[in-house]
Amino acid sequence: MKSLEELKAIKEKMQNKVVLRTSSGDTRIVVGMATCGIAAGARPVLNAFVEGVAEAGLGDSVMVTQTGCIGICQYEPVVEVFTKDAEKVTYVKMTADKAKEIIEKHIKGGQVVTEYTIGALKK
Amino acid sequence: MIRSHVLICGGTGCTSSGSTTLRDKLAEELKAKGLEDEIKIVMTGCFGLCALGPIMIVYPEGTFYSRVTTEDIPEIVDEHLIKGRIVDRLVYNDTGDAKAEAEAVAASLSETKFYKKQHRVALRNCGVINPENIEEYIAMDGYFALHKVLTEMTPDEVIQTILDSGLRGRGGGGFPTGLKWKFASNNRGQVKKYVACNADEGDPGAFMDRSILEGDPHALIEAMAIAAYAIGADEGYVYVRAEYPIAVHRLNTAIKQAREMGLLGEDIFGTGFKFDMEIRLGAGAFVCGEETALMTSIEGNRGEPRPRPPFPAVKGLFGQPTVLNNVETYANIPQIILKGADWFSSMGTEKSKGTKVFALGGKIQNTGLVEIPMGTTLREVVEEIGGGIPNGKKFKAAQTGGPSGGCIPAHLIDTPIDYDNLLAIGSMMGSGGLIVMDEDNCMVDIAKFFLEFTVDESCGKCTPCRVGTRRLLEILEKIISGNGEMEDLDRMEELCNYIKSASLCGLGQTAPNPVISTLRYFRDEYIAHIVDKKCPAGVCKKLVQYVIDPEKCIGCGKCAKNCPADCITRTDYIAPGHKLASFTIDTKKCVKCGACMTNCKFNAISKH
Repeated sequence: MKSLEELKAIKEKMQNKVVLRTSSGDTRIVVGMATCGIAAGARPVLNAFVEGVAEAGLGDSVMVTQTGCIGICQYEPVVEVFTKDAEKVTYVKMTADKAKEIIEKHIKGGQVVTEYTIGALKK
Repeated sequence: MIRSHVLICGGTGCTSSGSTTLRDKLAEELKAKGLEDEIKIVMTGCFGLCALGPIMIVYPEGTFYSRVTTEDIPEIVDEHLIKGRIVDRLVYNDTGDAKAEAEAVAASLSETKFYKKQHRVALRNCGVINPENIEEYIAMDGYFALHKVLTEMTPDEVIQTILDSGLRGRGGGGFPTGLKWKFASNNRGQVKKYVACNADEGDPGAFMDRSILEGDPHALIEAMAIAAYAIGADEGYVYVRAEYPIAVHRLNTAIKQAREMGLLGEDIFGTGFKFDMEIRLGAGAFVCGEETALMTSIEGNRGEPRPRPPFPAVKGLFGQPTVLNNVETYANIPQIILKGADWFSSMGTEKSKGTKVFALGGKIQNTGLVEIPMGTTLREVVEEIGGGIPNGKKFKAAQTGGPSGGCIPAHLIDTPIDYDNLLAIGSMMGSGGLIVMDEDNCMVDIAKFFLEFTVDESCGKCTPCRVGTRRLLEILEKIISGNGEMEDLDRMEELCNYIKSASLCGLGQTAPNPVISTLRYFRDEYIAHIVDKKCPAGVCKKLVQYVIDPEKCIGCGKCAKNCPADCITRTDYIAPGHKLASFTIDTKKCVKCGACMTNCKFNAISKH
């Protein structure tokens, strides 16, 4: 070990890995992973969110977790996004590609992707 | 891509309750379900709640599962890790609120009573990182403090920071750490010096140092390197007891990793500073926790103390100036360097800064490891963090400081815990064992227990300790067997004072403390043993009598069948409403094993 840079490099490399344990969870992305969700393809969606958050370096504040059946099985895979001061947003019929878009626009940019929400679908 | 971490406690407590088989089973189950690339298993150090082990935490949710068995693993994998449904029945919850349990998804660990009042500085990485992975330690700012002192601070600035922080020795004595370093800092670069760590945690019931070594070994290595830089040493020794195999293994692994990364060895961070360290195993002698005996033992000689002065800072290991600190003291150092002396001194009381780790044991709900800011009251520790006393019994006393400490009685339960308060009430901080006692504990018996320990562990070098403690124990045994006289109390007090003032080292000087403090606060119990020939708690066997109530005895004879001494016989008295004659105990032949009472289904036998 010869320099601070080396030490910092290790810290950064590892931080993505341990941040899961220290995340504040100010923003929570909750993927419905009941039987209905899994059958409809929730697993790739979950993985896309996990990867997207890590790539964006948002692990400190964003927590990706699962939950059971939300009760709207026909719209699975369902994803709910809880942010600290705003209302819950429910996205339905999710895919891995939509997940990436949501990370870019909603999680990073603060703009809800209305077309994927349950409200848009019901109209 | 890893989406979830499952942390399993690999401390000694949870290892003995089966956490390694739990890990193997989980790994097997994850593989079977094809989840090994999504879910990572991490073995960590102690979480503190040893009574509820084995413990498992699932992140990112932070779900805290306690008393997990291998049979629970498939359910945790299927329900929680695949479907995200938390297994409620395994979730630790001490809020006493059924609704909170149902909503455990959101319940944060730090909100439980056990963790709420705790503040983790020395234990900050225990139960968070994998202690066998140096990179995880670095991710938690590990070795940044070492880099900071080597590149930005002079050795004197380091010492000044430690002085300003107000850190005092956590091994029990409470000597200001910065001052110790300052004394050893003369003639830097001209004299060979050593840094040493006392990890010979010998107090019965204490396991603070073990948990730090097992949970965060790199913190110790980093701190010792910082101490070496401050005083101008280049070699370090850690003296660990051989009874701590997991701790020794993890520390060895950590030292090896630090060497491979160049954080130990020559030219660390390219600054020209060199430092390396090794482990010495203690063979289990309590006296080797005394600093001069410890150093004599490291040198390869029989572990016996020598008179001080000269203090180790002047003449220590191999006759050279040496800084010797306890594990917990060192564990605070990197944090103080990174966050500053003011941060540290903002915690605690006027003369005792920072936090203290205690090993909670005895008659308490949550046996385990807790770290509290100095000044927290004993009541908060026992009733809130510790969860109170099991079976609705009454708190009688808390014993701190192990065989060198004393008992704190119930009327002093609101005492804020710090070095000076504990000394003032006749106990001491000690290394941090805290044993809780309820109404079923006999204080004379407790004094005897600790004294037996010191009699066994006295190294025998000086007479007051070797002979004095033995005589003291004999008087206690006399009282316990029902032959005590009131004069014995004065004799004991006199003897205690002699042993205290004339012994060579800390072991002897503090050995009478358990007797002195119980005499001070529980004299009535001694008097009950001597005058009434009774043990109020019913512990001292020779003073206990088992009696059968003839009105309650139905004459089944189960007691007589189970009596090993054949001292229970049938009488010719038949109580009204019973068909058979009752039994009676011949108290002269009775060996007081209690088998009759345990076996009586009619509560007809009692002890007095």
